[in-house]
Amino acid sequence: MSNGMSSNQSSATMFFGSMGRYAMRGIEQLGDGTRLGLHALSLIFARPWQGKHFVLQLYALGVGSLIIIIITGAFTGMVLALQGYYTLAKFGSESLLGAGVGMSIIRELGPVLGAFMIIGRAGSSITAEIGIMRVTEQTDALEMMAVNPKQRILLPRIVATTIAVPLLVSIFDVVGIATGYIVGVEMLGVNSGAYMAELIAKLEMIDLNGGWVKAGVFGFMIGMICTYMGYRATPTTEGVAKATTQAVVIASVGVLIMDYILTSFYL
Amino acid sequence: MQPYRRIEMTVGVFVFLGLVAIAWLALKVGQVGGIGESGYTLTANFNDAGGVRKGSDIMMAGVTVGRVDDVKLTNNDHATMILRIHEGVAISEDAFASVRTKGIIGDRYVRITQGMEEAHLVAGSEIEETESAINIEDLISKYIFSGKE
Amino acid sequence: MIRGENLSKRYGDVDAVASTDIQIKAGAITAIMGGSGSGKTTLLRLLSGLDAPTTGHVWYGDEDLCGLSERRLYELRENMGMLFQYSALLNSLNVYDNVAFPLHEHTDLDEEVIRTMVSMKLEQVGLRGFETMMPSELSGGMAKRVAFARAIAMDPKIVFFDEPTSGLDPISAGVISTLILNTSKMNRMTSVVVTHDVSAGLAIADQVVLMWQGCIIAEGTPAEIQASTDERVRQFLEGRPDGPIPFSRSTTSYIDDLTHRPGTVRMAS
Repeated sequence: MSNGMSSNQSSATMFFGSMGRYAMRGIEQLGDGTRLGLHALSLIFARPWQGKHFVLQLYALGVGSLIIIIITGAFTGMVLALQGYYTLAKFGSESLLGAGVGMSIIRELGPVLGAFMIIGRAGSSITAEIGIMRVTEQTDALEMMAVNPKQRILLPRIVATTIAVPLLVSIFDVVGIATGYIVGVEMLGVNSGAYMAELIAKLEMIDLNGGWVKAGVFGFMIGMICTYMGYRATPTTEGVAKATTQAVVIASVGVLIMDYILTSFYL
Repeated sequence: MQPYRRIEMTVGVFVFLGLVAIAWLALKVGQVGGIGESGYTLTANFNDAGGVRKGSDIMMAGVTVGRVDDVKLTNNDHATMILRIHEGVAISEDAFASVRTKGIIGDRYVRITQGMEEAHLVAGSEIEETESAINIEDLISKYIFSGKE
Repeated sequence: MIRGENLSKRYGDVDAVASTDIQIKAGAITAIMGGSGSGKTTLLRLLSGLDAPTTGHVWYGDEDLCGLSERRLYELRENMGMLFQYSALLNSLNVYDNVAFPLHEHTDLDEEVIRTMVSMKLEQVGLRGFETMMPSELSGGMAKRVAFARAIAMDPKIVFFDEPTSGLDPISAGVISTLILNTSKMNRMTSVVVTHDVSAGLAIADQVVLMWQGCIIAEGTPAEIQASTDERVRQFLEGRPDGPIPFSRSTTSYIDDLTHRPGTVRMAS
């Protein structure tokens, strides 16, 4: 009997102990990641100038995510128009459809859904690519060829996501508003003037700014998290696989938490 | 280096697309750059603003003719609204402003009804005749109260 | 000249390298030999500055590698090359761009000049004509030869070789050994070769360092090493299974483990 008691106690202490260790590990990683990222960023103006690599990463991460962003934006706008119409129609306020679709997309869904798609499309590939470079000693090879991997590998990716995400989110917004218009006006018969007029009337510049600030912050976060997870991945096949999964999870959760914080600032 | 050229061009097109999207959102949706500042303003005092907010519509004969620029409390007892009226919409001196609701529980808006005077209000002047919001809860409670009697 | 002073590197509870002093002579080939897990690759990574030592210093002339600014470190590295055990070719670039990489990075030479230099290096490793192939299309031996060409592309003063012949067929291994010997002598390169290939190491080295359990157990010219009477050295050179260096790394008794006798099976705590 006493044996069972003690094992109960020890499993409880083990549970809280491991919780504590996870928390400590998390804080440690946060500090380590911030330091690594800032170190990389501090090299932005250091010679040699990495302009070509910014462009290459903008191509890989930005242009590469364009199609998926357009598709997601299109269907988000369409489904919002559909859902919004049936809800608003009950109150005779169909004319508010444009405002509803536009507000939700610009303030919330554009930045968050856009960030999710970019994490899935570009973030995971950042982590996997850098992780594999670690496994195969390519980062060490760069070091020995007097090329700083923080400047060459990490920095361009952080810069590229920070620039690309606001651009992609803006495209997402426009596409979503446009497909919402098509569904609302062309298919459901909402007054065509009302759709845009209400959208323009209800949206303030602060809503747009809020959306862009969110997008920029998310882009920066995605770059920082995904490069860090790859760079510090355990240099094994399994380690890279695990790091990639973790990067996607941490970046997604981080985006949601940050979204709440930023929304509370911008309301 | 030829492939890099093509990549550079593609990235250029991508950034351009993104900037066009940003510009469209800012200029068309956000009305940056003075478009929102067009027209002229009038003031109106109401006993009860009743849910009209900054950005609410101003309508005349069912057509939107402007937006509410600001709603604030004056002399601690009544609401003063700044009404921004579209250019080219002339409002007679004895016009009548009232707070109305679109549908039963829809958005609040300010309705302006033209008066008989030939003279028109100039920018910055006040619409003297106003009617405050009809409070549905008051109406309902009045109805219930009278029903009981 | 490179000098390691009281170098240690700790991984968890294990000292991969334990307070080691080592001198690498300029213009000579130094072979660091030892069994797997003896700490020789770790020592190489410390000497090249890829890893920072837990204790100790690495002196390049009168500069301490551990105290250098990042900028100065990269300046020094422009005169270094390294051949990695698994080649470490940049797999997004083809053979030509891999070999030309250091030249593109650190020189302003015309593409024509670089093309000529790359051709010369690839000719040295016998792979001219393979310029457009991608690293994923190369065999291990070919990748290693490309990596060799890349390591010497800048005609560096110091080159580190991590297991240059492991995983290669005897002919390729011989070619690589000869290449190390020839280029070192031709360019008066300082070469540090980490290897467990006894014959290759002894054949090309001017100086041999023998490691065991993170410590240097013997140092000298190949002739001196071969004449050594130290039992551990003899065992390693002759590849005898029995001797002072145990094959088994287990710390618990084999018989106890097999019979699961209580007290010997360690539970995870």
